[in-house]
Amino acid sequence: MPKRNRIMLAKAGLDGHDRGVRVVAMGLRDANFEVIYTGRRQTPEHIVNAAIQEDVDAIGLSILSGAHMTMFGKILELLKEKDAGDIMVFGGGVIPPDDAAQLKQMGVKHVFGPGTTMDTIVTAINQTLGQRENN
Amino acid sequence: MDKEKLASLYRQWNEGLVEQALKKTPERPGCGQTPAGIPIKQIYTPLDLEEGGFDYVRDLGFPGQFPFTRGRDPLGYRSNYWLFMQYAGFGDAEEANKRYRYLLSQGQAGISVAFDLPTQVGLDSDDPMADGEVGKIGVAVSSLQDLETVFDGIPLNKLRQISLVANGMSAIMLAMFIALAEKQGVPVEECTLRIQNDVLKEFISRGAYIFPPEPSIRLTTDVVVFCAEHHPAWLPLTLCGYHIREAGANAVQEVAYCLANGLAYMDEVVRRGAPLERVLPQLSAFMAVNMNFFEEIAKFRALRRLWARLVTQRYGVSPDTNLGLSLVNFTAGSSLTAQQPLNNVVRVAVECLAGVLGGCQSLFPCSMDEAYATPTEAAVKVALRTQQIIAKETGIGDTVDPMGGSYYLESLTGEIERRALKMIEEIEALGGSVKAIDQGYFRRNIDEASYQWQKEVDSGARTIVGVNAYQDEVEVPMEIFRPPAETQARQIASLKKLRQERDNDRVEKALDRVRAVAATEENLVPALVEAVKAYATMGEICGVLRSVFGEHNEGDI
Repeated sequence: MPKRNRIMLAKAGLDGHDRGVRVVAMGLRDANFEVIYTGRRQTPEHIVNAAIQEDVDAIGLSILSGAHMTMFGKILELLKEKDAGDIMVFGGGVIPPDDAAQLKQMGVKHVFGPGTTMDTIVTAINQTLGQRENN
Repeated sequence: MDKEKLASLYRQWNEGLVEQALKKTPERPGCGQTPAGIPIKQIYTPLDLEEGGFDYVRDLGFPGQFPFTRGRDPLGYRSNYWLFMQYAGFGDAEEANKRYRYLLSQGQAGISVAFDLPTQVGLDSDDPMADGEVGKIGVAVSSLQDLETVFDGIPLNKLRQISLVANGMSAIMLAMFIALAEKQGVPVEECTLRIQNDVLKEFISRGAYIFPPEPSIRLTTDVVVFCAEHHPAWLPLTLCGYHIREAGANAVQEVAYCLANGLAYMDEVVRRGAPLERVLPQLSAFMAVNMNFFEEIAKFRALRRLWARLVTQRYGVSPDTNLGLSLVNFTAGSSLTAQQPLNNVVRVAVECLAGVLGGCQSLFPCSMDEAYATPTEAAVKVALRTQQIIAKETGIGDTVDPMGGSYYLESLTGEIERRALKMIEEIEALGGSVKAIDQGYFRRNIDEASYQWQKEVDSGARTIVGVNAYQDEVEVPMEIFRPPAETQARQIASLKKLRQERDNDRVEKALDRVRAVAATEENLVPALVEAVKAYATMGEICGVLRSVFGEHNEGDI
């Protein structure tokens, strides 16, 4: 049996909207991922430390409050600092297309906007994690 | 009406024409039930009302009278239209002030002040947790000084209503407005303030809590009781179904959970010995208007009726009291799509119609670009024009409750009420809302409903135009609003300056007083008014309260 990928889903900052992240958590679990959801109001430091401790393959951030540039930026930086740059970062929420493009340049692998199906998310994550293992 | 004749004609029709038609073309999948799972028949007749035990006088009555099914106001919209509202605010106080002045110049009757997240959860703009959130999704208000700037040149009594999305920190925001009215020299009785103040739904869905549930309810009740005594015309509590619905609940859960919370507050008001006859007429309900047209209209009517019945039975208040919840309807943000965003104009228009046919007192339309960002000025204007067109071109407000008496709608209204009541009884059996929150009852049920919805959309069982049907290969780009980038730095600088310039001894004394009162059962509002007048900041006041009340953490799940 192939190894089950571990994903940490997180709400960074003060945003309380968690319908999306909770649905994605349930969807990923049904797609045979191991999912850890941090709950709301986590600092980037807490998320990164927890992700390293839990030895996850990816971090998924949900942000609907407009703080996405700050939060993703901090998380990517902290991962690099802690030599954990191999943890894949993806996210979703209310994120304007220009920002999504910029986030991808910064190193965020996927930005899933409103209307994305679970299938799309599962396929994208599997592909990226699969590529990583082949390297 | 000859019931037997009707029943026999119905049978003939059903077994004859309907059977034949079905042989030729089967029904569409999905037409047999509402999104909340209520079965829908092919047609409704007086027989259905009869079967549900419908009684005009008992179940409908007249608008402005018990059980308020047909509306809260006797004249509906024949004298005044509903309030055209807009949820707005971003940036620092000066930027918000500009947007409000613009909205008012366009015929907006009232303003709903959107606060940024740090403000909503009781943090100052320079708190480390606030980094990146200052001035996003709302205006940053760290002190009375910010609020003075927000309303510079806008006397509070020039607006028909000011509404505050204040929950965890509602008591502090109330104190700031009392102080602001005094500063502006405006007689407070000439302003109408509506405070959301429904903290329980923050734990169930929205997430902007500060303190644990018990002290949070105490603060909510402090606001309600203080207003009942000193500002009887204000609207100190708005029961919120909206956020529960947007978190994924269905329409029946929306009604049930919101009213269960309402009972939790009213129990506390009674325990504190405040007069319910004064509190109940000032209550509002903040509800979502989603896309299933008839289920939504029925929901609003069921909500009013069920609440009126619940409070008369539970507290023995007279049915002559105005128990009709004042409805604040907001179109469903979650129904907007990022794909083909212009389509959202149509969605919002349909939802506005349902909101008005449900008999709302005020209406908030979403803007078409909200799946991407805070709306642009142009998008907000279309949203405002949408309601102006509905009000002034369609004749929708020319009679009260025009949908009343529809066999389908009355059947749905009754069914929603019955199902919601059953859920409320379930919650009561757990020990009420607070206990149900502790036991994860709400989250469990909402998660289930929202996941189910997503699966239906993903599988195509539920069509969303532009998302899982009729997609465009290439999306037309939209103009996106950008909150000014320098807001956070400017806001922090002005806060630092304030801390240097104010009388810090006076601040310390006022904060000590807040700490002392918090530890008693005394109403906190007067101490808070003194503190905000001394320019103690949101973060400082909440810091003191946290030291007494503790803090709520969701933790890992």
